[in-house]
Amino acid sequence: MTFYIISISLLAFVAVYALLSVWAERKVSALIQDRVGPVEAGKFGLLQTFADIIKLLQKEDIIPTKANKVLFTLAPVLVFTSVFMGFAVLPFSPKYISSNINIGLFYFMAIVSIEVVGILMAGWASNNKYAFLGSIRSIAQIIAYEIPAGISILSAVMLYQSLNLQEIAYQQGIYSPNDIYFLGFWKVNAVGGFLSWGIFQAPHLFVAALIYFIASLAESNRTPFDIPEAESELVAGFHVEYSGFKFGALFLAEYAMMFLTSMVLVILFLGAWYSPLPNIASIHLADWTNGTFWGVFWILIKTLLLVLVQMWIRWTLPRFRADQLMNFCWKVLIPASFACLFISAFWKLIVL
Amino acid sequence: MNGFALTLRHLFRNSKTVKSAIQSPEYFNERTDNTSTLRYPHVKLPLPDNSRNQLHVEIDDCIVCDLCAKICPVDCIDIISIKAVEDIGKTSDGTTKRLHAAKFDIDLAKCMFCGLCTIVCPTECIIMTDEYDVSLSSVEAMNYHFSTMTKEEADQNRIKLAAFEEEKKKAKEAALKAAQEKKENGDA
Repeated sequence: MTFYIISISLLAFVAVYALLSVWAERKVSALIQDRVGPVEAGKFGLLQTFADIIKLLQKEDIIPTKANKVLFTLAPVLVFTSVFMGFAVLPFSPKYISSNINIGLFYFMAIVSIEVVGILMAGWASNNKYAFLGSIRSIAQIIAYEIPAGISILSAVMLYQSLNLQEIAYQQGIYSPNDIYFLGFWKVNAVGGFLSWGIFQAPHLFVAALIYFIASLAESNRTPFDIPEAESELVAGFHVEYSGFKFGALFLAEYAMMFLTSMVLVILFLGAWYSPLPNIASIHLADWTNGTFWGVFWILIKTLLLVLVQMWIRWTLPRFRADQLMNFCWKVLIPASFACLFISAFWKLIVL
Repeated sequence: MNGFALTLRHLFRNSKTVKSAIQSPEYFNERTDNTSTLRYPHVKLPLPDNSRNQLHVEIDDCIVCDLCAKICPVDCIDIISIKAVEDIGKTSDGTTKRLHAAKFDIDLAKCMFCGLCTIVCPTECIIMTDEYDVSLSSVEAMNYHFSTMTKEEADQNRIKLAAFEEEKKKAKEAALKAAQEKKENGDA
């Protein structure tokens, strides 16, 4: 019974979050560009995306005549479902996790790879050579960037000794069953706070977190890696033939993917649902601000901040060219992530 | 990194929406410090004093001289006048009115807002307001009727005029006949 409650509330959360994050993106982009964004629908334009979704839902569902009907209809379903299924293993709090499986992280990486198949289906079934090219480039980009993402996750997992996301989350604060060392020398189990987060437990994890962040931008097809979408160039890339609800599903899947990858970054490196406030001397801030409901609050705050940083990056940096993108992945990120992996492999020996 | 600082700075700027017209000294400052969006129709730019917008006619001041209709380059003013049998009244600046305006239509769909009609009007009854945002649902509705005379009144005035002309004609004929008879009597 609780399983159904949690999963339905998670679905509702993801849907509402996706709508609000579209609003946030429009507002952030507008303020950065010295304009105001949506202001008419609802206070501060909050109901704008709801109005857009209603508009999308009542549009005509066009399937091109020569398109492969089965694949065309199935592709957005696959993309959105795979992104949404990734939320099942994420711990929102010490007590709230939909499925506490021991291979949580492995499941996450595998599920995100299914999205690739969905994009390929979308591009092929559109029977449009530009959509197809867009999807091919998108697949090349996603597959290439999964390697540094996976390797940097591995270098973190080597320190935590577990693929279970809840266990990884526990090991970054005051409830940890193991000893935590700030940068390898100062034991911070009792202090907690941001000093016991993953990125401070070992200095190379900072680099790993950065690599994973960049790779996650490429996974979600966000600028500067948004050649598949390329709003001002390719019109819409692989989802150009979609209209109505199918387009809405693809569109919202991108924003849900942003949240998913940010959340995994937070869980692995930024202390998951632990509070950033440490226990200073007798003021036990960490004890006071950690708990079941506090946990939800902190993890959401951290994830949303990361999502805002992703939006900030989108509207600051210009787009990569396709060959620059691949160059960056294979020649810069992969060697760097392998270096992090090697350091992780010897870290426990060096420290203890 | 400079780019990031720049966009972050722009993100947290105030968004004041009061905009100044080009004559004010803050015109250029406002555009660099704030958002460039003008939240029309909540906020409108102030109009210059001599801006040319929609026309309005004070029909009580009109002496139906037809100068505006004659000068209009696109012939959008349509006036039909009826001579009055006596002085109707005075306009607000003292001119006596001797003509009824049975029809005074300005077709604002044709009007090109040149302002020539306002220049030539001797009583300044046709003026330009500061309304520029008029949208109606049909082109026929853009033909404004400024005359307040109904068809019955117009017909009555025409009948009165016709009667007056008849009387004048009769009086003239009578006077002519009287003059002729006098001449004949004078001759004889």
